[in-house]
Amino acid sequence: MVEPFLKIEHVQKTFGATTVVQDFNLDVGAGEFISFLGPSGCGKTTVLRMVAGFEEPSAGSIVIAGKDVTRLKPNQRKIGMVFQAYALFPNLTVAQNIGFGLKVAGMARADSDKRVAEMLDLIKLPQFGDRYPYQLSGGQQQRVALARAIAPKPKLLLLDEPLSALDAKVRVSLRDEIRAIQKELGITTVFVTHDQEEALSISDRIVVMYGGKAEQVGTPFEIYNRPATKFVANFVGTLNVLEGTVTDASAGTVRVGAGEVSLKGKLNGSKVGDTLSLALRPEAISLGRSAGREATLGGEISEVSFLGSVIRVRVGLGREAVSLDTFNNPASPPPTVGEKAEISFSPDDVLVLH
Amino acid sequence: MKLLFAWSAFLLGSLIFILPLVGMTEFSLSMRRGEYSFDAYASVLADPQFRATFTYSVVMALVTIVFGVLLVVPTAYWVRLRMPYLRPVVEFITLMPLVIPAIVIVFGYIRLYNTSSWLPLTGSDTGTNILLMFGYTALALPYMYRAVDTGLRSIDIATLTEAAQSLGAGWMTIFGRVILPNVFVSVLSGAFLTFAIVIGEFTLAALLNRPAFGPYLQLVGANKAYEPSALAVISFAITWLCMGLIQIVVRLAPRPPAQSH
Repeated sequence: MVEPFLKIEHVQKTFGATTVVQDFNLDVGAGEFISFLGPSGCGKTTVLRMVAGFEEPSAGSIVIAGKDVTRLKPNQRKIGMVFQAYALFPNLTVAQNIGFGLKVAGMARADSDKRVAEMLDLIKLPQFGDRYPYQLSGGQQQRVALARAIAPKPKLLLLDEPLSALDAKVRVSLRDEIRAIQKELGITTVFVTHDQEEALSISDRIVVMYGGKAEQVGTPFEIYNRPATKFVANFVGTLNVLEGTVTDASAGTVRVGAGEVSLKGKLNGSKVGDTLSLALRPEAISLGRSAGREATLGGEISEVSFLGSVIRVRVGLGREAVSLDTFNNPASPPPTVGEKAEISFSPDDVLVLH
Repeated sequence: MKLLFAWSAFLLGSLIFILPLVGMTEFSLSMRRGEYSFDAYASVLADPQFRATFTYSVVMALVTIVFGVLLVVPTAYWVRLRMPYLRPVVEFITLMPLVIPAIVIVFGYIRLYNTSSWLPLTGSDTGTNILLMFGYTALALPYMYRAVDTGLRSIDIATLTEAAQSLGAGWMTIFGRVILPNVFVSVLSGAFLTFAIVIGEFTLAALLNRPAFGPYLQLVGANKAYEPSALAVISFAITWLCMGLIQIVVRLAPRPPAQSH
């Protein structure tokens, strides 16, 4: 078996009586782009800071490229880091910022200048070497911060919510740029974010964190389509959660509102009368009957939101309600509130949350 | 009406401040009967004691500045970075020289470091000079600490420190290449204030019997007529020069304005 490039084993972190990270384990392969995704206070940044060496684990070990770095100082770990607040040195020019790590490492001036020029080309800011950080936009500053982090060729790149301080458009373009640069250099990268779209779009794998623990580790496809826990299902993407009561365990029939659906093979040992949480993504539900979506439930449209390319419709099913998305069609008007409606979905798309 | 009141207040304030200065300058130029001259200034500048005491005070000021910077900048940095809970204590300590008169400090020094004490600093000129430098540092502490602390507040020292660490920098590099250059203007402000304090200081220098500019000013003031005014004008000029230098350095310093986010 190939040894993981970054190995985090049984890491724990306590601040006084509070445990912020508990028994965290993760293996990251060489060249992999992995994201820590979770709400504020879930411990994702603390894990990243422990990998960087800014926090010392209360227990456990961190191994990078076969070397135990758990007790190593941050400046001895050969890790590049990009911060949310850019953290460019205000007294240095862009070129001096990028060359900082090279100078610290004692690289010869000519080699350092060459590497700085390469980095400026890589981030597409070749003319900006003589500028000061305050003369750049937020997106440009973060690109410089990225170049500065990767200039000394670190073993590992850590990105601590690098896009959070940027506006929506710049976020998207910079996120694509980060991913392209990461792929080009093949550098193992750990990315921390609370933005699920960011994590889903950029990562090879995602670690969804909650309460200091890894709830699920998987590819974006697995995380979105096969959430392992209720938290992951709720946190990643929009999710409709319906309460259902098992009416026939052997046939897999579950009562939802006034209707019944068959979820054969998904009840996982539930008995008649058990209450289940059934989760469905909005895109897995059709308004009206649809081919391949044989399960149907009747209800009434309670809300219609026009979002441009899609229309989000909320359908009341007795005490429950679901949201679904339909594509905007200029030729037909959107559904109206109060209208009777039938929804259909495939039982295969239903996630039974235990 | 409001504008008129504002201008009147400004003019009145200016007169209160400027008139005595004009009077003093005019008097310092009146040594020769019936005409203005720089005789008083020439007399002062020709006095070897003036040059000796002024040079002594300038050297003491520079040494005090170096010691103050080495003491205050790392302290303020470390308190902000690692021990923010100690800030109120450090602030209180740095304010002490404002409430404890210099005479109390110097008597304390003499009692603690006299020739029969465990550390007889007053037993030699060098020892006394060192003691005087400590005293000056204490007097300048409120100004130096506040100037540096304000400078540190304007930058995100924690993140900058971590960024430098992640790039392989050790503490000396971080301090010398990241922190100090970014608070350079604040350090200079503190340095010029220290310079102004040291140049005119009387109590410590007189009671430690050092040949400083402050006691010389007092000596001339007690024995001559026009020269004290000339000396006072020179002292003002030095202070203003310091303030002007602060302004020039602030404007011309290579360090750009604070990072925008």
